[in-house]
Amino acid sequence: MSNRKRPFHLSRRQVVRGLLATTAFGLTAKLNTGCASQSGSAGTAGGSAEDLIVGFIYVGPKDDYGYNQAHAEGAAAMAANVSGIRIVEEASVPETTAVAETMRNMIEIDGAKVLFPTSFGYFDPYILELAREFPDVQFFHAGGLYQDGMPENVGSYFGYIDEAQYVAGIVAGSTSKTGRLGFVAAKPIPQVLRNINAYTLGAKSVNPEATTQVIFTGDWALPVREAEATNSMADQGIDVVTCHVDSPKVVIETAERRGIFSTGYHANQSNLAPKGYLTGAEWDWSSIYTQLGQQFTEGKTLMSGDIPNVLRGGMAEKFCKMSPYGDAVSADARSAADAAMAELNNGDPVIYAGPLKSNDGKDILPAGQNYKQTDIELEKMDYLIEGVRGSIGS
Amino acid sequence: MLISQPWRRSAEAVVIPIAAILAALLIFGIFCAIAGANPFGVYGSIYKAAFGSWSAWQNTLIRAAPLMLTALCTALPARLGLVIIGNEGALVMGGLAALVVGLTVNTALPPLLVQVAMALGGIVAGGLWIMLAGALRYYRGVNETISSLLLNYIAIAFMNHLVEGPLRDPNFVTKPSSFELAQANWLGTLPATRVHFGLLYGLVACIIAYLLIQRTTFGFAARTAGGNIRAARIAGLPVGRLTLAICFLAGSCAGLAGMVEIAAVQRRINESIVSNYGYSGILVAFVSRHNPLATVLVAVMLGGILASGGILQRSHGLPDATVLVFQGIVFLCVLFSDSLYGRLSFFQEQTVVQPKGTAVA
Repeated sequence: MSNRKRPFHLSRRQVVRGLLATTAFGLTAKLNTGCASQSGSAGTAGGSAEDLIVGFIYVGPKDDYGYNQAHAEGAAAMAANVSGIRIVEEASVPETTAVAETMRNMIEIDGAKVLFPTSFGYFDPYILELAREFPDVQFFHAGGLYQDGMPENVGSYFGYIDEAQYVAGIVAGSTSKTGRLGFVAAKPIPQVLRNINAYTLGAKSVNPEATTQVIFTGDWALPVREAEATNSMADQGIDVVTCHVDSPKVVIETAERRGIFSTGYHANQSNLAPKGYLTGAEWDWSSIYTQLGQQFTEGKTLMSGDIPNVLRGGMAEKFCKMSPYGDAVSADARSAADAAMAELNNGDPVIYAGPLKSNDGKDILPAGQNYKQTDIELEKMDYLIEGVRGSIGS
Repeated sequence: MLISQPWRRSAEAVVIPIAAILAALLIFGIFCAIAGANPFGVYGSIYKAAFGSWSAWQNTLIRAAPLMLTALCTALPARLGLVIIGNEGALVMGGLAALVVGLTVNTALPPLLVQVAMALGGIVAGGLWIMLAGALRYYRGVNETISSLLLNYIAIAFMNHLVEGPLRDPNFVTKPSSFELAQANWLGTLPATRVHFGLLYGLVACIIAYLLIQRTTFGFAARTAGGNIRAARIAGLPVGRLTLAICFLAGSCAGLAGMVEIAAVQRRINESIVSNYGYSGILVAFVSRHNPLATVLVAVMLGGILASGGILQRSHGLPDATVLVFQGIVFLCVLFSDSLYGRLSFFQEQTVVQPKGTAVA
């Protein structure tokens, strides 16, 4: 507690405190990403008064080369392709009361009649609560979580993107010289396991000896661990990697730096890896959101039953698509992948066909039986198939 | 001439922070202008979004409520000279304990009793968690900043382990989560608002903390030990017990914040509980110079800043990180203004040369 009157003298203690507080701020800034919304600005409404206002909410930045970017591109496509729709967006909204406040503001202040809160964790309790409070607003959520008994103004849409991963697996299996693929995954939940297994089945369809090494990082956005996993795969002689994490950016960039191939996920990452990017399993929200937007402007709603509460589909229904093939993809690989895609686009595709065993020796499907893509059993997946190296035990 | 002293000192405490905030607004306005938005439109929007209507106020208060409690987790030990940043971990442990209590008791008792038990669970768990950092400090000389920071990771990993294993509700597919609390045990909102009871708890805790630190012998002993630990020992103060007690109280505030988050907002525990209320609380504590009453104001200010983040995106087309830039500028200005206390001659007593320790709280 010096009281020497030296203006702007900073004691060591103050400097240390300042540094600590700045560090704390840095942490906050990095993770918190607070964002809400608000405000009474009556002047917010641009465009004509009759425009239908559609709100989009993302959990991260709109340019993350991943999950959020895929949705944001879809939102932009809806605004561009459907006249009479105006989009309001908010990015980096955490899965806390913040998202409830954001939804409330979009409804009360911007006058939104349709909301797309896109992150998985927004659904329960936030969307369900707001949906009960605002029965004339439609809430659409990506993830297929709708169940009977939930408010009728809530809709789920969900794509079988494992079909695209299957095709990516074919390309990967044909391109790999070592026959060893790598998969960096976030958590062993059914949706992720389904992608890993489909990828492996795709690779095995062209190279029966192919294996997929899986590494679970434990969370959706752990860039350091994703980079470590990719590096360790490259060290082991794996020469194609893919991933299922929120933003594939780190995995794809690391693979490129190590000189191995990669296939993408969520959105197109080809400009991150001009040499090694083979193809990728992308969401095609542009087509789905455009379709929905047209239905909105025709006056169709969830509440009247014109739009089903659960929308599902795969490649044929344009829920997902492939990134354009990279230069490294051989003609053989292209034709094998194109053939598989044609089959997937041609009604009732089957990826999971017997005989199928899990990698710890359990029988999944006997010979002659199979799971259709719509089969509910696939959504409870809790195994890795033969050919995957790794385990889901946590 | 001594009469002039009180108003000059009080004026200093009011003018400096306000000037800091005005300076921050000016800098942020320049930033907005560079980013292509009209600064005055942005100021208007921020005001409307944060404080312009009752609904906006509620939005601000909802965001401020947990910060008041988590800020105390840093502010209280700071009076004892400890820098504790384990707020996030204490919040997680508090939420976890509250949830376990709530699920165990379930509907066997009246909801009010269950809620009290949950709150106690949260308070004790959070308190013990930070007390651990205090004990490591006192008995083993482990740096409390580092140990409390590391305890955050342990708490989060422990919570993740439980929700992916023993506590997991297999029917909840969104993400690995615990079972849900019985609806009867949910914590409601304050009458006629959508603000949950956490705000009230935060206010009460801040007032109690203020009285405890400024108006009791216990608080005086803590401040003395914080000022000079050897002098405190010589004076016969039980420094060890003080350290443990203050750390327990600090952790219990963050633990209570965790209980509120579980009982009033999320109703089950999963990784969403780790949403940085703890780290933001550190910031609030430093900016409020570890004064529990100032903590309330700073928490409301931060709540308002966070509440205005949306409109910057929706009405002004600014990127989503803008609100963080604003937050950063405000806090850096306020922290810098900290160094001006006692250094501007206008606020000094004009007559007698007399030592005044004001630079550091």
